[in-house]
Amino acid sequence: MSTKRVTVLKTYKIYIGGQFPRTESGRYYVASNPKGEHLANMCLCSRKDVRDAIGTARGAFGGWSARAAFNRGQILYRIAEMLEGRKAQFIEELMLQGSSKVAAEKEITLSIDRLIYYSGWCDKYQQIFSSVNPVASSHFNFSALEPMGVVTIVAPQQSSLIGLVSVMAPVIAGGNTCVILASETKPLCAVTFAEVLNSSDLPGGVVNILTGKVSELLSHLSNHMDVNAVCFSESDTSSIKMVKENAALNVKRTAFYENEKWMNENTQSPYFINDFQEVKTTWHPIENIGGAKSGY
Amino acid sequence: MAATKKNTLKLKFDSSRNLAPALESKSVAKIAERYDLFINGKFEKPSSKKYFDTINPANEEKLSSIADANSTDVNKAVVAARTAYEKTWKKTAPKERAKYIYRIARLIQEHARELAVIETLDGGKPIRESRDFDVPTAANHFFYYAGWADKLEYAFPNRNPQPLGVAGQIIPWNFPLLMAAWKIAPALATGNTVVLKPAETTSLTALKLAEIIQEADLPPGVVNIITGAGATGAALVNHPDINKIAFTGSTEVGKIIQKAIAGTNKKATLELGGKAANIIFDDAPLDQAVEGIINGIFFNQGHVCCAGSRLFVQESVYKIVLQKLKDRMETLIVGDPLDKNTDIGAINSKQQLEVINKYLKLGQQEGAEIFQTNCGIPKKGFYCRPTIFTNVAQSNRIVQEEIFGPVLAIQTFRTEDEVIEKANNTPFGLSAGVWTDKGSKIFNMTSKLKAGVIWANTYNKFDPVSPFGGFKESGFGREGGLHGLGAYLKV
Repeated sequence: MSTKRVTVLKTYKIYIGGQFPRTESGRYYVASNPKGEHLANMCLCSRKDVRDAIGTARGAFGGWSARAAFNRGQILYRIAEMLEGRKAQFIEELMLQGSSKVAAEKEITLSIDRLIYYSGWCDKYQQIFSSVNPVASSHFNFSALEPMGVVTIVAPQQSSLIGLVSVMAPVIAGGNTCVILASETKPLCAVTFAEVLNSSDLPGGVVNILTGKVSELLSHLSNHMDVNAVCFSESDTSSIKMVKENAALNVKRTAFYENEKWMNENTQSPYFINDFQEVKTTWHPIENIGGAKSGY
Repeated sequence: MAATKKNTLKLKFDSSRNLAPALESKSVAKIAERYDLFINGKFEKPSSKKYFDTINPANEEKLSSIADANSTDVNKAVVAARTAYEKTWKKTAPKERAKYIYRIARLIQEHARELAVIETLDGGKPIRESRDFDVPTAANHFFYYAGWADKLEYAFPNRNPQPLGVAGQIIPWNFPLLMAAWKIAPALATGNTVVLKPAETTSLTALKLAEIIQEADLPPGVVNIITGAGATGAALVNHPDINKIAFTGSTEVGKIIQKAIAGTNKKATLELGGKAANIIFDDAPLDQAVEGIINGIFFNQGHVCCAGSRLFVQESVYKIVLQKLKDRMETLIVGDPLDKNTDIGAINSKQQLEVINKYLKLGQQEGAEIFQTNCGIPKKGFYCRPTIFTNVAQSNRIVQEEIFGPVLAIQTFRTEDEVIEKANNTPFGLSAGVWTDKGSKIFNMTSKLKAGVIWANTYNKFDPVSPFGGFKESGFGREGGLHGLGAYLKV
């Protein structure tokens, strides 16, 4: 009798509403390493999965956007803490997908630090981008930011983890919820990262992660009428045109990150948060009666 | 004849208010018999060889002995801070600096219960307040400022903000741990190193914080905590190698500091006394306003620089507000600060109790009418019943001077202009409160009141993101929020 232990292989599923279902379509595709060797069977998501995920993100938006900014910051920090504890697993997966050890280590530590960076911004970008407006009439007039709502995101395709973290963090830091299509060719870390999200204090539905083909899903991600903004992280011009056209269906906001170098430490800023914020200006009268000069 | 039906509805709590004691356990508080000075990452014996007692003001029992730092010790601490600044902290990448500060925040959260109990034992404040306000807010302050460490260029566009160097920080006894957080967190986030001196009656939580800082593995010398009284503080202020003084305390001492550093390049922020006007208009939601008055003056035994210690009530609702206030005051429980039912704990020190009692006498001599509740107070320890004065004049000393106790002076007014003039007629300008249902009136008041913080239909709210600080003789500089960064940077 052989006593050699047989390894238990991990099943990679998708992440919707804080749960890990398989794709509704029942389809799969094979993720392989650069040599073409089989790594895992991934869910090949369909239009139905996209719709489910968007509905879930919409459901989570009210609660997430109403959280105190400070609380969102603590939750992003918690995600970073969880990721720090699972570094080794990510390094292994990054290497399976073709990274050198050095590059993999850099990618995971940068991902953790970037989450901490955006954690800090959760209760700070408001003071950078908001204003009190000195209108000429007797009114107190101020402009404050609000999240846009549900954001669909096509993650950068060239990286497995840092790209995903870099586009997700500013969107949720600002109080939005999102549906992310992971890198098609390097999808492993996205699903493992979903497990990290699920074991942090992030409410289910705030981040939903799908795997599949950009060519199949981009139109669904960009033409759904209950989406407020689309974030597209590739430089393919015909895809960008499609996103822009679809966005016009219900005046979606768009953000295109075509040439960002996510592995660069400085490719992070509050402007990525601001990309998914509305500005709301409030006017309120200042009663100006009487003669109290109160000069002292 | 239809008799005028008087509204005699009155809150009656007598029968139900005899609550069984609900004491928080002291067992979580690990207090050493003796505390040395925290210099360069280690606890060191004071070169003065002297120690003083710190007591529990609730029962006058000794809690521990605290080192008394002399000028040699102060110098050691400043040298340690300077060395740490030049050799370590200045060169630490901002985002790594952030991680140390996050660690401190997390460790405060982990030690929360112990810190709350010690804060209450050492300072006399109700455990409910130290548990639900002081400690969590202190942790949040570190958490908030940690995030700024690598984002400073966004706070000061077109500038390259640089740290000042070594900050000497002196804090009061009313919110010992929280004030330490207000001081240390922004200083570290902006890349400065620190020598902090807590108040002599409340050193314990600052020393616990020193242990937490050790646990967080902060590089030695980045934070130094030295204990002692006024002389220690003076040595710190006058040390030539300090770049910045941050002081929270009385206006009297603030002026001494401002004068002492004149002629040096030391920068300063001063958060000083106050005599806040809490203004109730006749269209205010009166029950909420009464809660606001109570919170405004009796929070932390009135040991609050922004306490709403001058109440202004519009004449048309004066009677009803006064009655509601008295009724509500009768429900307040003065007693053992460790009891979770306690609303008003112990006065921080014998000395402070004497100050308060002096003003109670003075107010009556000035012709004001005193009202105190009938509640029992413990036999041992320092306590003061909640007190209001009516029939006071604008020129009375109990209206003009900061008492720093549970004592409220009540005046009336007829018009907005009148109350603005009266409210601003003080050398102080830290805070104010306005109660009215009319938004436009609120903004008229906030435009015209000379105060650094104005609460509308609320009182005594604090948040790490919200700048706090005074106008006029209540000091200068702001703590909290983006504005709190500037105090520690060359911009």
